[in-house]
Amino acid sequence: MTTATTSVPPEEYAEDVAPPVSALPGPGYRERMSRRLPLLPALIFAIIMTQLPFLYTLWISTLAWDRDHPERGKKFVGLQNFKKVFTDPDLRSAVITTVKLTALVVIAAVLLGLLMAVLLDRKFRGRAVVRTLMIGPFLIMPMAGALVWKHAIYNAQFGLLNGAINGVRGWFGVDEPTSWSLLSTHPLIAVAIPLIWQWTPFMMLILLAGLQSQPSDVLEASKVDGASTWQTFRLITLPHLRQYLDLSVLLGTVYIVQAFDVIYTITRGANGTTNLPFAIFETQVDAGDYGLTSAQGVVVVVGTIIVATFALRTVSSLFKEEVR
Amino acid sequence: MTVTAEPRVDRLRATVRKVRARKEKDESRGVSGFLLSFVTWLLGLAFFFPIVWMVLLSFRQETDAATPQLFAPFTTSNYDGLLQGDLKIALINSLWAAGFSTLFVLLLAVPAAYALSIRPVLKWRDVLFFFLSTKMMPVVAALLPIYLLTNNLGLNDNIWVLVVIYMAANLPIAIWMLRSFLLEVPRETIEAAQVDGASFITVLNKIIRPMIMPGLAATALICFIFSWNEFLFALRLTGQNAKTSPVFLAGQIAPEGLFLAHLCAVATVVCFPVLVAGWLAQDKLVRGLSMGAVK
Repeated sequence: MTTATTSVPPEEYAEDVAPPVSALPGPGYRERMSRRLPLLPALIFAIIMTQLPFLYTLWISTLAWDRDHPERGKKFVGLQNFKKVFTDPDLRSAVITTVKLTALVVIAAVLLGLLMAVLLDRKFRGRAVVRTLMIGPFLIMPMAGALVWKHAIYNAQFGLLNGAINGVRGWFGVDEPTSWSLLSTHPLIAVAIPLIWQWTPFMMLILLAGLQSQPSDVLEASKVDGASTWQTFRLITLPHLRQYLDLSVLLGTVYIVQAFDVIYTITRGANGTTNLPFAIFETQVDAGDYGLTSAQGVVVVVGTIIVATFALRTVSSLFKEEVR
Repeated sequence: MTVTAEPRVDRLRATVRKVRARKEKDESRGVSGFLLSFVTWLLGLAFFFPIVWMVLLSFRQETDAATPQLFAPFTTSNYDGLLQGDLKIALINSLWAAGFSTLFVLLLAVPAAYALSIRPVLKWRDVLFFFLSTKMMPVVAALLPIYLLTNNLGLNDNIWVLVVIYMAANLPIAIWMLRSFLLEVPRETIEAAQVDGASFITVLNKIIRPMIMPGLAATALICFIFSWNEFLFALRLTGQNAKTSPVFLAGQIAPEGLFLAHLCAVATVVCFPVLVAGWLAQDKLVRGLSMGAVK
């Protein structure tokens, strides 16, 4: 195993953060093993917990397995479940709903988050307090947030929304209470609002960190040169924020694509609000079609891998920045 | 930058300092400055208002809570006996699941982060991105295999199943976050200690541990928050015994009659620990959420 010493190309170290001097000529076998040792428990645990369930899912996806009819057994049906996945109109609409909901929430949350970040990047009385208040929605248990929005805010009779509308109408002499309900008129927006509310602080925190990492001499130099606030923002701040915007969009997408609690609570997937996680959950828990739900899961995982590759590339570029 | 340019840079820096000093004075003054601060406050309060509303409703009679108005008689009756019943069990279960998963995930993540930063393995970059990619997988796809497995093992309604799942869910976050803190430990200090003959344990105890304690605490808080709030797996894998707070909360909706004030009281109680934990960790929150990419 002595040859291993020379088999390590020096380039491997070129991109290392900062190789410890003691190991520079290239670690030997024992050295490499002792480096690997602390990593192994976590790595093995992660592989067992993430790869094995996927293999199992892959296996079930080739079976006709109906929970409610155990007498039919588990028959191997090849790719039939996948055929069902790709021809199922309900699932197709779940894909569309997922894309719509995710886009709506991510875009709105990033814009609102950017606004709040820019506003909070100034010095003013109570800045720390406002920032603390802003983080609140992100820390609230998503289930609690969803329940409060549904029952305390949207509800046509008891909700704050109609209460406020009735109050305003009362000022104009209209006493007859409205029974309008956002939930029945715009169900997707009703689901999106709690998510936007929850995720705006997340975007705000990342973008605020981006704003505060700006080299201040550049900003002030542009001021000295007579640039207007808007010019400075557009020409200096926005390009600098670019990678933070990318990161917030991608991380936000990864989390919001998986939104489940809000849909489960607020609409139970009714009126075109079934997204992919909820559809898979329904196939599994309500319909009990284990083969189909597994095929759906496999398709979603593969789709996520494609999207995540782009996400990882962005994180990776940020990461190089950090190394520099 | 050439040597001749330096005086000019110095002069520019001096100007910048002056401008900055003026700016700091100006920023919150003047009509537009006041207006901007006012708008910021307004938006911040608007975002916080649903939480205020939840807490307000929890201190009202059910009949008052059912008619939306800003002011109503105050009562603590919704909290009476709340902590004695099933909520207590749910809170203990949540504490158990979140607490132990956080503890165990740190036990796995600290050595792993060390092997990916201070004394890196050869393919540290690949390993890091493998961990990150596991975080990007849709969790709902893992629901069925894990459910079937726990069923077969007779581990239904067992809180330890949640502990293991939350460990897997938080491991990537913990590793990435801890690694970003470990990278900040100055290598020179470690090497100097080693040159002076300090043992591995001494370096770990006297140099690394004190420096990453704040990072460790922040990582723990974030793992705790995510585990505490998790609903999907808790819903599917627990029953009467191991039910956690979000599942208990979701069951507080009565099909008939008024329940809003009671619901808000339960929601306030289950949100409280995490709200406090998050506010304590708020300076490090962004780092955890971005997996250490943003400081």
